[in-house]
Amino acid sequence: MDGLVTLEYVSRLQVVSGKGGTGKTTVAAALALALATEGKRALLVEVEGRQGIAQLFETEALPYGERKIAVAPGGGEVYALAIDPELALLDYLQMFYKMGGAGRALKKLGAIDFATTIAPGLRDVLLTGKACEAVRRKEKNGRFTYDYVVMDAPPTGRITRFLNVNDEVAGLAKIGPIHNQAQAVMRVIKSPETAVHLVTLLEEMPVQETVDGIAELRGARLPVGRVIVNMVRPTVLDAADLEFMETASRPAIARALSGTGLGGARRGGGADRLVMPLLEQAGEYAERHALEHEQRTVLQELGLPLHELPLLAEGMDLAGLYELATELRQQGIS
Amino acid sequence: MTTDPSATHDSASAHDSASAHGSAPAHDTHGPSRAHDPHRSIRPARLLEVDPLLDDPATRIVVCCGSGGVGKTTTAAALGLRAAERGRKVVVLTIDPARRLAQSMGIDSLDNVPRRVKGIDDTAGGELHAMMLDMKRTFDEIVEAHADAERAAAILGNPFYQSLSAGFAGTQEYMAMEKLGQLRARDEWDLIVVDTPPSRSALDFLDAPKRLGSFLDGKLIRVLLAPAKMGGRAGMKFLNVGMSMMTGALGKLLGGQLLKDVQTFVAAMDSMFGGFRTRADATYKLLQAPGTAFLVVAAPERDALREAAYFVERLAAEDMPLAGLVLNRVHGSGAAQLSAERALAAAENLEETRIVDQQDGKVGLCNSPDTHGCSESPASEGPGSAAPAPEPGSPADDRVVTDRAATDNRTTTDDPTIEQLTAGLLRLHAERMQLLSREQRTRDRFAALHPEVAVAEVAALPGDVHDLAGLRDIGDRLAAVRPELPETETGA
Repeated sequence: MDGLVTLEYVSRLQVVSGKGGTGKTTVAAALALALATEGKRALLVEVEGRQGIAQLFETEALPYGERKIAVAPGGGEVYALAIDPELALLDYLQMFYKMGGAGRALKKLGAIDFATTIAPGLRDVLLTGKACEAVRRKEKNGRFTYDYVVMDAPPTGRITRFLNVNDEVAGLAKIGPIHNQAQAVMRVIKSPETAVHLVTLLEEMPVQETVDGIAELRGARLPVGRVIVNMVRPTVLDAADLEFMETASRPAIARALSGTGLGGARRGGGADRLVMPLLEQAGEYAERHALEHEQRTVLQELGLPLHELPLLAEGMDLAGLYELATELRQQGIS
Repeated sequence: MTTDPSATHDSASAHDSASAHGSAPAHDTHGPSRAHDPHRSIRPARLLEVDPLLDDPATRIVVCCGSGGVGKTTTAAALGLRAAERGRKVVVLTIDPARRLAQSMGIDSLDNVPRRVKGIDDTAGGELHAMMLDMKRTFDEIVEAHADAERAAAILGNPFYQSLSAGFAGTQEYMAMEKLGQLRARDEWDLIVVDTPPSRSALDFLDAPKRLGSFLDGKLIRVLLAPAKMGGRAGMKFLNVGMSMMTGALGKLLGGQLLKDVQTFVAAMDSMFGGFRTRADATYKLLQAPGTAFLVVAAPERDALREAAYFVERLAAEDMPLAGLVLNRVHGSGAAQLSAERALAAAENLEETRIVDQQDGKVGLCNSPDTHGCSESPASEGPGSAAPAPEPGSPADDRVVTDRAATDNRTTTDDPTIEQLTAGLLRLHAERMQLLSREQRTRDRFAALHPEVAVAEVAALPGDVHDLAGLRDIGDRLAAVRPELPETETGA
């Protein structure tokens, strides 16, 4: 790829968001694989408790612990962590305040449940906090434990609030350890160390949500990274083909079909019966093609690096994940 | 999550392939690869008939749930419109509609009140109202309705309340249920159609009211209220020790000032807690009542159907009445008799002919470097054919002209243009058939796991829906009972 690409700073915390159904978990996983390529170590973090990563990598549910989940081309490693807010909180109490016992008492009272589900943003504070801890963690030799941390984050509609929650919490809790923790997290998230990517499809609603999401992220001064269009269907018929299709003679198409052994070209013959349905499908394709073109233009106007990942005809599996990782790497994303 | 769904799926599909053997009807038009398709014969035991459900005066609430991105809001709106045009007085409660959809229904202004939707066919005497949920406002209204002015002002001004109401995990779910309860209590509509928030998981939406309720009832509340209430009371020494330890720990964690905000908030809300709890319980019961019908919405994709299966299981566990599954974006083909393999082989055949004749191998990717060079018009006149290759996505205008001109005197089968187009049509078809078989596999997996669930399939539209005509179309597709989808063969 372009030599300049490698000079670009690659953020160490890469947050992947996107509208539901756009495949953000898949893209996050592929991104982690791409970043880990060539002997790097990446941590893939899940925050929504859906065990999407385990399903993607075809392993059993992830425990709350960092676990090696895949080997990247060139000897790199991908670790995975499904953050459980409750355990993260107990962890945190123990780690920073030696309050393991109090933690158990709090749990009994329902305070942990309160803190992780009801208290405004506390849950999100814990999730982002844990991810930032992984970003900053160092080995004894002074090297970072993980070269990259990739977060499979909440969807576009909630991402700004999710990442910004620490600002809010720092405002609510004006002093104390939570306040300090929240501020430390915000320092990482608002720095060039972090990039927030949005995954979309070439459809109107996801694109609109992406545009709105970027405006919100920018408004909150959060670092927007790239836009990744997922599941891009191959171009089977180009604009010229579609134009020609309008005027093409149906009997001629039937004869071409017939020539390949698909039945008779005469009216009512096997090939003839295929013509209308095939043209109908092509008509739908044309309509979609035009819509996709429109949506692509909207995305191009955002002025952000734009990447496209192909729709995998065989559906998503582990091999497909590696394919997408290679694609991302070729497009200079890592 | 204690079960591993993939394991269940695997054993289930092993079952269907066994049962499908030998039962596949013989067709005459298909190729040799046809022999046995293990995925064909499983059909949902029941078809979900939407119209009887919508028409039944006993149906008072329809709840659409499902994972994000499957067309839940659109489905809710389409159902509402259809019911209204069939004569019912309907209100649709949407959570976060796409802007253009909201505009088309005239509810893009967030005022938390149902608005009458104009432009529907009201000849059957129905009405359609719609509203978009404003969760903060809904919360504020509860506070205002249940506290005296002074107390309400104290609550509304409390920083903790402001964060809580604007979006703690679960507020949206709780407020959606609260609003549903309010709408139902007004009894102005025959039918309420509810869209549910795009929850992280199936659990959130059913759990939020309970969770809030148990929090409000819980010991924690007592702890938080302790400093305010315990002042003059003796005889509670034992509790008191525990309390001060707890508040101490909380204070250490949250910072004293936040704890104070929380305590003030809880004290101010104290009188309302009973009300919250009662209403959460009432809404929960309402959801279990016979007049309620849950529709799980999904698309024929692995993740969406996995979530749908969770919903189905959860609803059953909670005794919530499930009417069925709405499967959006299902693809079909009018030429399903032609398999993907045969279509691809035929396309290659057509392209080979051309390679021999024209020695140019356009395969159909617009970004292949020779897109332009393959302009199948050796006789093409004019400078157009010498122009540089066009960028992908920007159709080369001059080339189109060339093709057009060339078309006029080429209409025979030998014509490479026709062959190229035909090959493209065949490749497109192969892609469609592969998609069909993938969709079929995921659907069959679901049907094997949950044969009891009635299913309504909605044929895919090429574009997005953002007007009443589009919603009406979706409604028609929803209600069209499709006893037999086009039979598919296993694709490549």
